[in-house]
Amino acid sequence: MGAYLVRRFLLMLLTLFGMSVLIFVMLRLVPGNITDIIFDSAGFVNPAAKKKIERELGLDQPIVTQYVNWIGGLARGDLGYAYVSEKPAIDEILPRIPVTAKLAALALVFSVLFGVPLGVLSAVRQNTPFDYALRVVSLTGLSLPSFWLGLLILMAFVHWFGWIPIYKSTPDSPWRELALLSIPAAAVGFRASALIMRLTRSSMLEVLRQDYIRTARAKGASDTAVNYDHALRNAVLPVVTIIGIEAAFLIGGLIVTETVFNIPGVARFLVEAIRWRDYPIVQNLVMFIAVVVVLTNFIVDMLYVVLDPRIKYEE
Amino acid sequence: MRSKLAFVVTWAFAAASLALPALAQKQGGTLQVYHRDNLPSASIHEEATISTVQPFMGIFNNLVVFDQQKPLNSPETIVPDLAESWAWDASNTKLTFKLRQGVKWHDGKPFTAKDVECTWNKLTGKDKDDFRKNPRAIWWHNLKDMTVNGDHEITFNLNRPQPSFVSLFASGYTPVYPCHVSTKDMRTNPIGTGPFKFVELKRGEAIKFVRNPDYWKKGKPYLDGIEWKVIENRSTRILAFVAGEFDMTFTTDVTIPLLKDVNAQAPKAVCELVPTYVSNNLIINPTAAPFNDPKIRKALALALDRKAFIDILSSGKDSISGVMLSPPEGRWGMPKDVIQTLPGYSADVEKSRAEARKIMEGLGYGESKPLKVKISTRNIAIYRDPAVILIDQLKKIHIEGELEVVDTSIWHAKVTRGEYAVGLNLTGVGVDDPDVNLYENYSCNSERNLTKYCNKDVDALIDKQSQEIDLDKRKKIVWEIERKLAEDLARPIISYQHMATCWHPHVKGFVLHQNSIYNNWRYEDVWLDK
Repeated sequence: MGAYLVRRFLLMLLTLFGMSVLIFVMLRLVPGNITDIIFDSAGFVNPAAKKKIERELGLDQPIVTQYVNWIGGLARGDLGYAYVSEKPAIDEILPRIPVTAKLAALALVFSVLFGVPLGVLSAVRQNTPFDYALRVVSLTGLSLPSFWLGLLILMAFVHWFGWIPIYKSTPDSPWRELALLSIPAAAVGFRASALIMRLTRSSMLEVLRQDYIRTARAKGASDTAVNYDHALRNAVLPVVTIIGIEAAFLIGGLIVTETVFNIPGVARFLVEAIRWRDYPIVQNLVMFIAVVVVLTNFIVDMLYVVLDPRIKYEE
Repeated sequence: MRSKLAFVVTWAFAAASLALPALAQKQGGTLQVYHRDNLPSASIHEEATISTVQPFMGIFNNLVVFDQQKPLNSPETIVPDLAESWAWDASNTKLTFKLRQGVKWHDGKPFTAKDVECTWNKLTGKDKDDFRKNPRAIWWHNLKDMTVNGDHEITFNLNRPQPSFVSLFASGYTPVYPCHVSTKDMRTNPIGTGPFKFVELKRGEAIKFVRNPDYWKKGKPYLDGIEWKVIENRSTRILAFVAGEFDMTFTTDVTIPLLKDVNAQAPKAVCELVPTYVSNNLIINPTAAPFNDPKIRKALALALDRKAFIDILSSGKDSISGVMLSPPEGRWGMPKDVIQTLPGYSADVEKSRAEARKIMEGLGYGESKPLKVKISTRNIAIYRDPAVILIDQLKKIHIEGELEVVDTSIWHAKVTRGEYAVGLNLTGVGVDDPDVNLYENYSCNSERNLTKYCNKDVDALIDKQSQEIDLDKRKKIVWEIERKLAEDLARPIISYQHMATCWHPHVKGFVLHQNSIYNNWRYEDVWLDK
């Protein structure tokens, strides 16, 4: 196990290195840089002034030098300065991370809390009206874009309550924050919960037909014990995998949800930074997301061992 | 005696009634406004966007300013600001401002003529700490130098007379900056002498201002502060306004279809539809074949059905104008009957198109052999929509257009490099004055003359109108320029946009200007009747 962990750690480092090169190069392949944007808001371009700003920002240096400077800074904990706000990038990124983290966690909790039990129920009551209804709900969840669902929710709130649940300022209590974040979390988590529900259902159906389930029933175990202790435990492995993948994909869903609900998180900020070609923000944020994804994958792999004793990571 | 008493009482009552509006103004409250996007910086002088001017004009003062309470900007509505008075010398080349005494910057330092000198030195590139970008440098091309006469007087020395020079000082784009604050700090942490103090700018979230308790206009502003919340999604922000989360919309953010929604859902809201002085215009690259042929350029102009554009884009609300905005809002534009005499502006579109087809057929193009061309535009809906209509209209004269959407970040860079054949562009004008519009967009030396249109005769006429003191004579020259620009197809104007701004009825003391969106955001007269 120790050797596996070391190997896995090195692989993670290699992945992150590859990621850093990829994002660095890809950002510079996109047409235009910050100086184009700076002049765009002034409605003209002055080539000499543009060059001067490029020189000030170090954009005139060879790409390898720029990369080394960035990675060197990153290793020292210096993320550089945001091009647009002219503030330290860390000051721009840090306050936004907890907002997105809370939203993502809530969305994930929502999707698991709804997806797994409803998936189980749908499987054990296969081909009943309840199952059909849940299948329609899950199909709806998979088909509805989260931004559209978000807008519908906002319109409904304005129409019925004369109030709009958007983020205007930092809520003054954790409960208010929870209430405010739970609506967008539901909007973004709906799709994931639908996916989890469908996967849980199909995985459960497969397990429920196994001999050991029939044996458990023959032994007189209750339905709850059969469904949850025996069947779900064995059906949950692919579900955990998909939860891991969804956690990584969640950031994509959060971009639109944060925009619609006006939540000042990193997902929306990342898109804005890409639009502005604010390299220090984009590079560091993408690296942060890469670390989160790599760690999530690692945690999921470790969870396999906990969930299924037959799995062992050994030489 | 009784009648005398009755007269006195009546007079006193009338006087009290007249004084009532002033007494009614309430102090306090924070104005909540939404912002449509992330502004590029807080420095008004470095930007050419309403995104910066609207929130930040309130922290500054100008030397003079367009009266915030009068809807039409004109030389007659210019009122003193940091300058108590101003006067031209006999030669009309020296403009002297007498400055207000006892004014302090928000950091407590005194305001003096040196600050004025510094600001215009930066604007003319004579200061070491000059602006990173200077989009309105052309406004000050006639400024030779300045003479500081003590702490409270400054004279601007011009190369030649320029009667509208004072109007340039009155724009929201022309605040006075402090000498002791660097241009970098003005982009992120600006300091002014105005009614509101800057508190913070959180990118993508909020901009906060608080009342300046030491404002030199005693008793003003009425508001305790202004809070801007950035809401990038238009549907969300309009819903939030309808729900009463905001007192006011971002200016001209409400399109014609949205205006109907707002009127239906918030019927008490006050919404005013005004021209934005932003035009949809056609840019043709005269160096890119086959548009180097004036005949094809003429055919393009003849194909335009401006009314169709307006009907589709704004349900008929936008206006047809030449380069200068037409009356009633515009002061310098041609009236409708005169505009129709300009090349390409005929009301008989079918006749014009028949002539265009004839030109195209003469050049070897036809229904079976159309001219294929890319129509470039910025990847933003307000640019794309008219571009699509343009493509449809060009089909009528054997031109097959293909939409090329250009990433918004490189739009100006691409156009400046001349990497386009035909494009659809939007252009905003800061002050309703020919000196601003013509120099900025059509003179040979302007950096903002995107198409690099250059006609020495037109340049001479622009200079001629600029120094003409007689208003009627000046207007005549301006119309002559209009005609030449239309003949040369220099950025043909398709329409001038109309958009709405809305506020709830408890917002008082606010007047929306009708011939510029850039000049009425001081907020010192605004109060909340809550």
